[in-house]
Amino acid sequence: MRHIVSLLMENEAGALSRVAGLFSARAYNIESLTVAPTEDATLSRMTIVTSGSEEVIEQIIKQLNKLIDVVRVLDLNDGRFIERELMLVKVKAVGALRDEMKRMCDIFRGRIIDVADGSFTIELTGSGSKLDAFLETLDKSVILETVRTGASGIGRGNRILKV
Amino acid sequence: MELTGAEIVIRCLQEENVKFVFGYPGGAVLNIYDEIFKQDKFKHVLVRHEQAAVHAADAFARATGEVGVALVTSGPGATNAVTGIATAYMDSIPIVVISGQVPSPAIGMDAFQEVDMVGITRPCVKHNFLVKDVKDIAITIKKAFYIAATGRPGPVVVDIPKDITQHLAKYEYPKSVEMRSYNPVLKGHSGQIKKAIKLILEAKRPMIYAGGGVVLGDASEQLIKLTRKLGYPITNTLMGLGGYPATDRQFVGMLGMHGTLEANMAMQDCDVLIAIGARFDDRVIGNPEHFFRKGRIIIHVDVDPSSISKRVKVDVPIVGHVQTVLAEMNQLLEFEDKKPNAAELKAWWAQIEKWRSKNCLNYDRTSDIIKPQFVVEKLYEVTKGDAFVTSDVGQHQMWAAQFYKFDKPRRWLNSGGLGTMGVGLPYAMGAQFAFPDAQVACITGEGSIQMNIQELSTCKQFHLPVKIILLNNRYLGMVRQWQHFFYGNRYSESYVDALPDFVKLAESYGHVGMRIEKPGDVESALKEAFGPKLKKQLVFMDFVTDQTENVFPMVPAGKGLSELILAEEL
Repeated sequence: MRHIVSLLMENEAGALSRVAGLFSARAYNIESLTVAPTEDATLSRMTIVTSGSEEVIEQIIKQLNKLIDVVRVLDLNDGRFIERELMLVKVKAVGALRDEMKRMCDIFRGRIIDVADGSFTIELTGSGSKLDAFLETLDKSVILETVRTGASGIGRGNRILKV
Repeated sequence: MELTGAEIVIRCLQEENVKFVFGYPGGAVLNIYDEIFKQDKFKHVLVRHEQAAVHAADAFARATGEVGVALVTSGPGATNAVTGIATAYMDSIPIVVISGQVPSPAIGMDAFQEVDMVGITRPCVKHNFLVKDVKDIAITIKKAFYIAATGRPGPVVVDIPKDITQHLAKYEYPKSVEMRSYNPVLKGHSGQIKKAIKLILEAKRPMIYAGGGVVLGDASEQLIKLTRKLGYPITNTLMGLGGYPATDRQFVGMLGMHGTLEANMAMQDCDVLIAIGARFDDRVIGNPEHFFRKGRIIIHVDVDPSSISKRVKVDVPIVGHVQTVLAEMNQLLEFEDKKPNAAELKAWWAQIEKWRSKNCLNYDRTSDIIKPQFVVEKLYEVTKGDAFVTSDVGQHQMWAAQFYKFDKPRRWLNSGGLGTMGVGLPYAMGAQFAFPDAQVACITGEGSIQMNIQELSTCKQFHLPVKIILLNNRYLGMVRQWQHFFYGNRYSESYVDALPDFVKLAESYGHVGMRIEKPGDVESALKEAFGPKLKKQLVFMDFVTDQTENVFPMVPAGKGLSELILAEEL
């Protein structure tokens, strides 16, 4: 099953490589991994999207907790949560395609953030599956380039991950 | 007053009451070595290869329970240390390894003797640090010792660039250290412990399975109290030997791939399994699917939550320091009216005695050729079971574990997890430095001993009266055994040709060498080696043993514990 694991760790050099190294050394899956400092500059927050059986997920949580630089770990799937991912897509936009692309962008509530002679760059946020759906809707030949951030997640309501 | 980084390093080590630093100098650590020259609070032991420095520090930690310390230079010094670090990591041994690094501005420039030590050691340390500012040295070393020794212990590397050891800073050693990201659990959950006690007392076929955690956690005393009070059978893992006295009737021997029939069968057939400081590793329980038994209840006490339910699903997990948890269990039992079911326990013991009566460790005692088991048995007798015994890795290691009956913890030093050939001699050095007057025996093979034989020179320099018990069968014995059983007797590269004359070799290092070729000479030779005349000498004993002897019982890899092969079945 797909799980989203959020963690807070010391914002120190090498901390990211400890987490990435753990996943490769123990052959755990990483679908995506995002990390950035929090409002407290000494802490980084990381969101890892992974998958595995319940036993594997349990081990992942335990092994992450074992890393000395990791302060808190939360499996977002243990409760209700929101996930969002940002994608930038550069699409072909010539002739009739220019209107078509604008329309598709509106339907998915994206924004065109750059316009050039033959192309648009569209910004889109949402769950991973929404971004997938957008790409599937487009003709493959129209897509010039995509870049995705990987999912960020946060608990709903009063579920808070803080030191 | 301001001190240089190198002076601060030395002060910190003194502050931690370090007695020995095992190391090897080189460019990046010259400033630190200059400060070592000027002090006499701790002793520096110059080894002949950095791997041995780390092994010796590791052995010092195993034998004493204190943190071992090694010091190596950058680049090749650091990479040579890696095997030692990984060995300590796999067996959860608390050591601090200080490595030199090229000067900060040269990092990343492919400088002479540069290697990314923090990157290389990341997967085999509990934690590591690269010190980037002289002001951070003291707090980093404080943290390193704290992390190494607490929770589930392990190696910590502190990598210090050369320029940092020259810079100046105010020095004050932190009295304590607090880390928001690292708070090892001590006390077990009381509710879980109560639940465990209830299940333990209701058991019909109980079994206690105790591992290296009991030794590392100094929980032997509590374990003995608990086991005797309950009257249950107990087994130790390879790492746990000595955690419970091997000469005690309730002890059914080591379990696992080369464990006794009684230990393995009881492990498989019990209805309540009490696992203490052990981790159900593949050499211990074999195939987890085969090990699974419906209805069997498993209680698992361990300081490391990630060891619980990793290979085997556990019913009652108790995370905590084994000593604290066992003490709480003992306390609960004192006020408990319920007693173990005597009739059921009697029947269970009768079954265990039936297995025990097979005498699975029996071997041919009438042979004209020296049997390796015989040498270990005689060593046990001659040293009155009171020696520190180190081993390398292979057949001799298993015979040492099977035939030397360890009654005390921290007496048996071997590489269980990583299985590192070459640890035996440096381990003996570490133990002998820790206990200069104790008998220290290194049981080894002609393959393993040659992996760190240069340390005979260190032993000479520091007058270490280690006794080397070489079980020389001219084969990489465990490889040969597997090739015999599983590879149709194709002994691919397992015959060791062109061996040196070990007697002359030992003599050329300034030690005493002996070759023993007949079973009748084994005891007298051992008595001489451990006798008053050679008490202060290193004696290298080359026992010419049976080339075809195999280690039994044996659970083939991937098989279950009850599928073991006995010697008599062949």
